[in-house]
Amino acid sequence: MTTFLGMPGLPVATERGTLRGADTFPVAARKALADTQLRKNLGHATSTIRAKRARVVGELDDWEELRAAGAAIKADVMARLPELLVQLEENVTARGGHVHWARDADEANRIVLDLVRAAGTPDDPVTSVVKVKSMATQEIGLNEALAEAGIAAVETDLAELIVQLSDDTPSHILVPAIHRNRAEIRQIFLDHMPDVDPGLTDEPRVLAMAARAYLRRTFLAARVAVSGANFAIAETGTLAVVESEGNGRMCLTLPQTLVTVMGIEKLLPTWRDLEVFLQLLPRSSTGERMNPYTSMWTGAPKTSGGTSGGTADGAPDGPQEFHLVLLDNGRTATLADEAGRQALHCIRCSACLNVCPVYERTGGHAYGSVYPGPIGAVLTPQLAGMHGHGADAPAGGDPVDTLPYASSLCGACFDACPVRIDIPSMLVHLRAKHVETAQAQRRVPGLPASAENAAMSAAAWVMRDAGRFSLAEKGLQLGRVLARDGRIRSLPPPLSAWTTSRDAPAPPPETFRQWWARTRGDRS
Amino acid sequence: MTTSARDEVLDRIRTALGRSGAAAPEPSPVPREYRTSLGRAPGDPVLLDLLVDRLVDYKAEVHRCPPGAVGATVAAALAAHGARRIAAPAGLPAAWLAGADVETVTDGAAPDGGEALSVATLDAVDGVLTGCAVAVAQTGTIVLDSSPVCGRRALTLVPDYHLIVVEAAQVVGSVPEALPRLDAVRPLTWVSGPSATSDIELDRVEGVHGPRTLVVVLVEG
Repeated sequence: MTTFLGMPGLPVATERGTLRGADTFPVAARKALADTQLRKNLGHATSTIRAKRARVVGELDDWEELRAAGAAIKADVMARLPELLVQLEENVTARGGHVHWARDADEANRIVLDLVRAAGTPDDPVTSVVKVKSMATQEIGLNEALAEAGIAAVETDLAELIVQLSDDTPSHILVPAIHRNRAEIRQIFLDHMPDVDPGLTDEPRVLAMAARAYLRRTFLAARVAVSGANFAIAETGTLAVVESEGNGRMCLTLPQTLVTVMGIEKLLPTWRDLEVFLQLLPRSSTGERMNPYTSMWTGAPKTSGGTSGGTADGAPDGPQEFHLVLLDNGRTATLADEAGRQALHCIRCSACLNVCPVYERTGGHAYGSVYPGPIGAVLTPQLAGMHGHGADAPAGGDPVDTLPYASSLCGACFDACPVRIDIPSMLVHLRAKHVETAQAQRRVPGLPASAENAAMSAAAWVMRDAGRFSLAEKGLQLGRVLARDGRIRSLPPPLSAWTTSRDAPAPPPETFRQWWARTRGDRS
Repeated sequence: MTTSARDEVLDRIRTALGRSGAAAPEPSPVPREYRTSLGRAPGDPVLLDLLVDRLVDYKAEVHRCPPGAVGATVAAALAAHGARRIAAPAGLPAAWLAGADVETVTDGAAPDGGEALSVATLDAVDGVLTGCAVAVAQTGTIVLDSSPVCGRRALTLVPDYHLIVVEAAQVVGSVPEALPRLDAVRPLTWVSGPSATSDIELDRVEGVHGPRTLVVVLVEG
């Protein structure tokens, strides 16, 4: 049993490698920063999307009121989560759907695999499924689990397709291939897309048409689709998927069987609540007044009967085998922390990524999690758990432990968040939680718990006495010999731990106290 | 006996919330101080202009006509596109296609009508003509609700050209005004322009998997 931090008794997410990267954030960030092409691609993409978002958000003079409503609705969802989930289940079931519950990634993957197998026959097994872009299925590593069982999962969102064809990993919540430019995408298509036109140019329109041609047959023949969900309405049992390309509509409409994997936190209590979220989400994510397509369905959907409409059910419309998989995988552990549970309010718009000065420079891969950027830095440690400095922490430190520090705490993410998640406060909270646990794990009676603690104790001892403090000030000035252009780029150990990832300012020629003594000393 | 995943997840949530055994709290009041209406009646000329502006911004093709000229306007739009075979839902008003020189294939999926068109048939037609349930001016959105005049979802998805007739009285101001007019349990498709992607350098490109051409005939008056 591992000793992850978190609510005792509430398990964190199953380890499938999608939340915990190989490298700590500082190590991964250094690699990313050395890639000038990556920085150029990210800088271009994030500045484009920031401008678009600002323009359409500026059109609404009630944006702040919408944010406040969004935050309140999500807080209400968390407070009444058990009852709302049961209500959702009743309504989905009443309309001919089936609801499954999964404690963790492995259980969810097993459920989906069984459903895919059940959709085929011994003579005609299902060997591939089409997929709508979904963070939940990325998180649980569903594609890999299906592949192990001999079932190919075809990603149909253009950016996901780019990532899948190049055997890459997503680096952004909304635009998983944001780290690639058009020339790189053209090359990926030429190298990996069967039957692609060798005369393919790098015009985005031409590349999109290549994806259309490549996926068309697959869509029209697909028997099983797997999706995520943006929203689920408890009072009606309605699911909603918000998208742009029409690949979502294809997957949600044409196959006989649809399996939707959804985190338990994605609920909304009432149909009316969509009036808030259908305004907040598109403007925050793609910077559009409305995304091109939103699909909504309830259970096994039916058209309305009769030629003049009316309320009676008509003919089947879309997949008549509908399965909803409700996923925990660390969400209840997150919910248990009152100061951290707001991370579950996230609607995956990715506005916080686009405004983050850290994300803009390092990109998403540096975070090592399917949830990168500011929201990833608060969600991932809570879903996956932090190790502190426990005996089972990976050598070189746990990458997840470094995520709450992957921020300058500038606060841009809070301002951009459509549901007002206070990410900066949560980052500070998680840092404190991390330090406290690390200390508890390292505690040796009579000794400081860490180098950091030893330093803090020493500083406290120095500051308690005016004589000791002024002596220390004199010593500080010796640091000036290490500086060049006013910056110290590397300090000797153990202070090198600080300067590996930042410069230290050179100490001033004299301190305030020394200046005061020199100029006003006679008056004191 | 092992606990079911359902019971265990629900138990975990109650533990996390610190309310094991306690009754559910009342719904918390939500401050709804945002705009719930643009303050104009459906079909108001200002809303119609706003809708057209938004649709054009999304690169949809828009034609405005008086009620008596729907057939002629549809016919002209289809002719300009060179459409020969057009799919239609069972409940489409006959007058809308009366003037067009096209072969109509009707999707008989309604309980009182014939065969549902196959995906292959839908893939082979030159386009599809439908009505809609409601249109949202502020966001340039048209909602299809699987009623007889909209048809089932595949009908408006597989063909590469979609012509929608929107009647003035169906045009409301904002999203909060649209939701009460819709039946949540019907399959709904909210369409805002032709299919598009921003996945390459966040540049918007129109036309991917959904219909690449969206034409709207707005019936005024």
